[in-house]
Amino acid sequence: MPRSALTGTRIRERRTVLGMRQADLARRAGISPSYLNLIEHNRRRIGGRLLVELARHLGVEASALTEGAGAALIETLREAAAGQEGRAAEIDRIEEFAGRFPGWAVLLAARYRRVRELERTVEMLTDRMTHDPFLSASLHEVISAVTAIRSTAAILAETEDIDPDWQRRFHRNLSDDSRRLAEGAQALVAYLDEGAEDPGAQSSPQEEVEAFLRARDYHLPELERPQAPDPAELLAGAAELTSAPARELALAFLGRYRRDAERMPLDVFARAVRDEGLDPGRLATRFGVDPAAAFRRLATLPPGLAAGPVGLVVCDGSGTLTFRKPVEGFVLPRFGAACPLWPLYQALARPMAPLRAVVEPAGPMPPRFLTYALCQPALAGGFEGPQVLEASMLILPEETVVIPDGPVQPIGTSCRICPRRDCVARREPSILAGGL
Amino acid sequence: MGKHVLLIEDEPNIIEAIRFILSREGWRVDTHSDGTTAYDRVTAVRPDIVILDVMLPGRSGFDILRDIRADTGLNGLPVLMLTAKGQVKDREMAERMGASRFMAKPFSNTEVLASVRELTGA
Repeated sequence: MPRSALTGTRIRERRTVLGMRQADLARRAGISPSYLNLIEHNRRRIGGRLLVELARHLGVEASALTEGAGAALIETLREAAAGQEGRAAEIDRIEEFAGRFPGWAVLLAARYRRVRELERTVEMLTDRMTHDPFLSASLHEVISAVTAIRSTAAILAETEDIDPDWQRRFHRNLSDDSRRLAEGAQALVAYLDEGAEDPGAQSSPQEEVEAFLRARDYHLPELERPQAPDPAELLAGAAELTSAPARELALAFLGRYRRDAERMPLDVFARAVRDEGLDPGRLATRFGVDPAAAFRRLATLPPGLAAGPVGLVVCDGSGTLTFRKPVEGFVLPRFGAACPLWPLYQALARPMAPLRAVVEPAGPMPPRFLTYALCQPALAGGFEGPQVLEASMLILPEETVVIPDGPVQPIGTSCRICPRRDCVARREPSILAGGL
Repeated sequence: MGKHVLLIEDEPNIIEAIRFILSREGWRVDTHSDGTTAYDRVTAVRPDIVILDVMLPGRSGFDILRDIRADTGLNGLPVLMLTAKGQVKDREMAERMGASRFMAKPFSNTEVLASVRELTGA
């Protein structure tokens, strides 16, 4: 019998060979039998710490459960089949298909990945056209100038006995508006040219800051030293920060980073993470800091200190995302508002109430994420000033932590590009015709 | 005596052009450029027709239209809406909220004049 290419199937095979009950293996690995059942039937992706843990209890190396070029290929084929409408593919015969027709299987998987890439590009460009403030303002400026020119030119052309004063005034207006139109059109062309070369190009100070942090993997060793330099020194020569507002935002971020690093020094914090796991509540208590500071510290750990990637989003009281560190599978909108069902927004509605929730984004074979969210007042104006709120949400993928059992909150990215048809929180129709 | 128009628009050169074409036809034209205080101006001036831009500083034309339609003292006041967004959804929203007519920029002077005449029966 050929060896299965799927990790879940291999886990089930190995457990059966050992004569171990599913419930026993689940208990030893610290997960529920129902979750292990989903893994064994390849309905949940598995990796990171949980894979290592299961392999240990099965007496094999983790690689023995995942090895083989077929695993990734078959997973991709399963995803392609899951997203197919109309006649269903023979999912139970995927391994046989890949084994008998490897060339066709690779081609089909490559085509599916390409379609997904193109869908993501369409989503991003639609999002940009709908919400990009620069594009919207520029188009408005151009149309206003065209309107004034058309109306004024028609007056001059059609009015034979126009008063000389009015005539002079309209000529001056025409001159002003045509110059304004030329400038607006040039700015638009330059902007769209830049976007055509790279649809992901930065269009706002916040995006410049995120590009700066992304290039450094969100970790700044210079600010971890006991005598950390002035953050302004780090910004000198940062090619990603081209505008003064971006530098100002980056400076504020680095100042906060340095304060967090002083209160939670990296070596001590790393030991605490080993002791407490990625539980921001326990870490915050241990260091006497607020949980949002522990969120930020976890999201800026150097690679390797956590079992896997750690994501973070922060928003202000209006719900506008002010910081985004994405993780794979949890798409963050580039413009406009995000999904109102995110625990981030539930926290915003309940300041100071800590929330922990498992969420599942829309899509075929969606991964799950453990999230922690909290909203706190910034007290920028003291107790007398207007209440300024900031909410943060830590995003931990399955490969980084064991996802606990319990209710799962279905979520999306933003309504515009969310395929969930019957969502109770939908605020506008989706551009994606096919639902889930 | 000509009829009375209140033009709520923030682009000075568009204001100037519309003021010219309507004044030439005997209309009295008042103008207002701030969205925040536009509704107050409508109630103070009591024009025969309002020409209302959608994108105004401070407050959107749709919000101002909502206030006008909620005011029983302004029953039947014709409102001609102008917008740089000619999308179907904006037109539908304008109709739903009670705009008498919706006109996408750039418009022609003849269209504006004809609409004002038609909506006021002048």
